[in-house]
Amino acid sequence: MTIQRREFVAALAAGGAAGLAGCSTLTGDDGGDAGISGETLTLTTTTSTYNTGLLDELNAPFEDRYGVSVDAVSQGTGQALETARNGDSDVVMVHARSLEDEFMEEGYGVNRRDLMYNDFVVIGGPNDPAGIGGSDDVTEAFTAIADSESSFVSRGDDSGTHTKELEIWDETGLNVDEFGEWYQEAGQGMGDVINMATQQGAYTLADRGTYLDMQDEVDLEIHVQGPIEGGPELLANPYGIVAVNPAVHDNVEYDLAMAYIGFITSPEGQDLIENYTANGEQLFYPESLSEEPNFQQYVPEGWSADNTGNSSDSSDE
Amino acid sequence: MSLESAATVPLFAEFPFEWNYIRSIIVVSLYVSVAAVALSTLCSLPIALAVGFTDFRGKGLLTSIINTGMGFPSVVVGLAVLFTVSNEGPLGSLELVFTREAMIMSQFVLAAPVVTGVSLAAVSSVEQNVRDAAYAMGGTRLDVALVTIKEARYGIATAVLAGFGRAISEVGSVLIVGGNIASADGTSKTRTLTTAIQLEAQRGRFETAMILGVVLLAIVLVVNGIVVRLGSDGGGYR
Repeated sequence: MTIQRREFVAALAAGGAAGLAGCSTLTGDDGGDAGISGETLTLTTTTSTYNTGLLDELNAPFEDRYGVSVDAVSQGTGQALETARNGDSDVVMVHARSLEDEFMEEGYGVNRRDLMYNDFVVIGGPNDPAGIGGSDDVTEAFTAIADSESSFVSRGDDSGTHTKELEIWDETGLNVDEFGEWYQEAGQGMGDVINMATQQGAYTLADRGTYLDMQDEVDLEIHVQGPIEGGPELLANPYGIVAVNPAVHDNVEYDLAMAYIGFITSPEGQDLIENYTANGEQLFYPESLSEEPNFQQYVPEGWSADNTGNSSDSSDE
Repeated sequence: MSLESAATVPLFAEFPFEWNYIRSIIVVSLYVSVAAVALSTLCSLPIALAVGFTDFRGKGLLTSIINTGMGFPSVVVGLAVLFTVSNEGPLGSLELVFTREAMIMSQFVLAAPVVTGVSLAAVSSVEQNVRDAAYAMGGTRLDVALVTIKEARYGIATAVLAGFGRAISEVGSVLIVGGNIASADGTSKTRTLTTAIQLEAQRGRFETAMILGVVLLAIVLVVNGIVVRLGSDGGGYR
């Protein structure tokens, strides 16, 4: 019996050693943070800013300057805002103004800034079954896709891109709920949806950044251009950045969040955005710097001091 | 950033990742999965022995419940753990969301039923007369348990490996509770091999996703080899 017991203890010891080995490598990784302020900013953002690699470009100099680390979590716009509502992130970078406005009106977000923009494009297989190539009216193009019942892959995930797509279908006057099998809700990120559209030669609405980043990997063409290439203004894709309200969630790193917003809306941060390219093309266009005041960026769209009935709150704007 | 430039030309690069990046995601994958499986084993083995050694009303039902746990959808487990550790949840003050500790929690929940269920089957299959013989030779309850573990060691090793396989290959829950975070210099914080594969696939880089898949398989193979070696008679303990 004792021999067997010794074997058992040896096995336990081996297991323990393996566990400890894991721990020591872990603390080894964390060692770099010790001694400096070492705070961590959690940023929830969209797949389009994350997957294009822009964030790495922005975060590295910010981390160096402040001696902090940025944990960037890529989610859809809807999920990113929901994470922030729960107080699990400190700052949100998203691209659906209507959802951002809702977020601010509920009191979860403060100090919103316009950050940058690019645009959406309608992409699809090179054979273009709905014949929308070169159209400069995205509403007509969507109507043509629906009329010809050509395959269309929708994000279907409450992301900024999905919100924009539904806005366009709204413009056509068609009811998405009545669409047939040609309209597929993927419920996935932009990259996944572009991959799905490639497999099926289907149409989809994509942000230009993700499309340009993946262009070489997929067999899809731009059929309707966004405003950057002279397309309709309806396809504009503005990004905003909002800090989580520390009065609602007192655990958030509010000062760090404001430092981050300050950095990426500064001339230096905006330069980094301006100069970031993928496959030789600029992905995002900076929008924060302006000599003219732009008060609307701080408040929900259409908000004005007159219609709130509480002018004392807004007088400092 | 150097990762970006390297990864955009996957077909031409020999190995399209920075060594630091790949090393850190392997470390995170192994740390999380090994810790989760070690904890699961510590909890599950006594449960499996206790249930296996005793007869009581509802034993069949309990076994069914444990076995059902093997089929927990990982996304659901991830969401449940997220609610628990979220700032709004019961463990919110510990600030565990998007950490490796939260990932260990969710993988523990996923691996524990597998380890329990498979070890229970292994322990139950040890002949009653072996246990009787141990008693007859004057063994204490602990001695009988050790004899049973020794007899059932292949089954228990299989249980641990099955739990490990479940943990390290799982993507749904670690993505939700971990957030797939890597810092700007390419060091993984909560990015595992599976979530890295998912990210590469999402970006349309199927070749690099496949390379990471091969790395994952190789790691599972090595771990299997080590555990089988430890559990076999040819190991270094005799």
